[in-house]
Amino acid sequence: MKKPVFVYSDDLLRYKFNEGHPFNQLRVKLTYDLLRMADALDDSQIIEPRMATDEELALIHDTAYIEAVKKAGDGTLKGAAAENYGLGTEDTPMFPGMHEASAWIVGATLQAADMVMEGKATYGFNPSGGLHHGFRGKASGFCVYNDSAVAIAYLKKKYNARVLYIDTDAHHGDGVQWSFYEDPDACTLSIHETGRYLFPGTGNVTERGQSDGYGYSFNLPVDAFTEDESWLELYETAVHEVVSFFKPDVILSQNGADAHYFDPLTHLSVTMKSFHAIPRIAKAAADRFCGGKWIATGGGGYDIWRVVPRAWSEIWLAMNDIDLEGSLPMEWIEKWQKAAPVTLPLTWEDPPGLYKPIPRKPEIMEKNSLTLTKALHHIRDSRKKT
Amino acid sequence: MIVQDMMNKKPVTARPETTIMEALLTLKKHRIRHLPVIVDDGTLAGIISDRDLRDASPSIFDAADHADKFERPVSEIMVSDVITAHPLDFAEDLLSIFYEHQIGCIPVLEHEKLVGVITERDMLYTLIQLTGAHQPSSHLEVKVDNIAGQLADVASLIKNFKININSVLVYPSKQDDTQKILVLRIGTMNPYRVASELRQNGYDVIWPQEPEVGQ
Repeated sequence: MKKPVFVYSDDLLRYKFNEGHPFNQLRVKLTYDLLRMADALDDSQIIEPRMATDEELALIHDTAYIEAVKKAGDGTLKGAAAENYGLGTEDTPMFPGMHEASAWIVGATLQAADMVMEGKATYGFNPSGGLHHGFRGKASGFCVYNDSAVAIAYLKKKYNARVLYIDTDAHHGDGVQWSFYEDPDACTLSIHETGRYLFPGTGNVTERGQSDGYGYSFNLPVDAFTEDESWLELYETAVHEVVSFFKPDVILSQNGADAHYFDPLTHLSVTMKSFHAIPRIAKAAADRFCGGKWIATGGGGYDIWRVVPRAWSEIWLAMNDIDLEGSLPMEWIEKWQKAAPVTLPLTWEDPPGLYKPIPRKPEIMEKNSLTLTKALHHIRDSRKKT
Repeated sequence: MIVQDMMNKKPVTARPETTIMEALLTLKKHRIRHLPVIVDDGTLAGIISDRDLRDASPSIFDAADHADKFERPVSEIMVSDVITAHPLDFAEDLLSIFYEHQIGCIPVLEHEKLVGVITERDMLYTLIQLTGAHQPSSHLEVKVDNIAGQLADVASLIKNFKININSVLVYPSKQDDTQKILVLRIGTMNPYRVASELRQNGYDVIWPQEPEVGQ
């Protein structure tokens, strides 16, 4: 019987800028461990990644940029030449073997895509992927190669598929959006904290695509301190309506876990309640509209101890129709508590009263609802006419 | 920034004998609101706006009875005392003109010939560029003393992190005229390291706040 696949190997952990950098792939291992110890991840469901070829990377990235990343990994790219490619910066410092490390992650997402499209697996999950800020010719926001964008281009080319990209990272999925901004066969939907203060600044509701791609980019920028109720209302409504409008062949979801209240880089007040619901809503949409074809990646997530392992485990649990509640495996807590600078959570759910009540809650909810209406305006209009 | 870097160099125009109907259709086709009116040698004769044209059009209730009105030339209704700009005028001056005269479009003349137009919308686009939010960046807001060298000091500290600055706005503090607010868009996803370094150097960082629940 076909089952979901989980793409994992230690090669995917080589994507490491330096000690102390907020982007830390140890979170992928923590997720893997948590699922193993919860008896939710069987050997037979784990597949090895492959490294993306230069030709595959070039589906999105400029050849000159790929060459620059290779040089950066050899230590032969210097100064201004590097900075023009966004390399050697605070966000994306150069590190040995960075081309290979980045290409492994892209290959892992392509591997998940192939398994799903060839019917060898029901769903595919690459927790190491979701590097949605990578641009055609520039590294940005901790991302070197954009595995999500390459995967969309790959799905279009190899399988002639219409792809719906759903991005629930707290940061706008800019790299993916701009890659397909004029393309009516790739639809992007990103819900994120408003860019007024947060990186990258784009993702306004008025960014809807251009020329033939007009109407195929959806953005839901929510206010800082948005909570589960409002976040899920927007996400669920938008997924439902955009899926019925676009009728994709396959859904690729980017599951950044940095919208959580604990995340140190963002200002939202989302909890595990949302991270339980997000993948289940994506799965239901895929089951209903695209024959169950759903590929999921990780993404941002900078509280690697208290948030990411649980949030990303929920994606895998959703794929396997497993609902776990109550205590986390003791074995996992015992193994990792020593290494963690914070107290690890004890349960799958967040305890009630995680944060102080948000005083502006009604205003925030109202503003977010208006944003939702604006974002879906054009597809609601066209639906009325038909 | 100067006008020639912001203006539309290929404006849609009308001629004095263009009819009101033709002018209305031209506005609709190009989704614009103003037409400079020029004569053969490119000299500006006037300007008409969508409102001038509508004022001169018959009411939709009796348009059929007054169809001849649509055939009148625009020269009869155009404004011929036009506020114009020169390609080397400054963006800041244009902003004041738009604001004070409450107009929507300024023709740009060089040797009395029309070389471009600039609209309120072009100005807004320029402001969007100036605030730098179109490039991947985070918002950083710092309160500094209103004395020389503060911006340079803050900037050099950011330089140490190899972070590119995409835009800078400086405005006076509302509460206190011995202070100024610097608003920067900086090319990093993690502005907290810079913010903490600034705080250690005695700056009042308004944004980003320290994370409430850091590790």
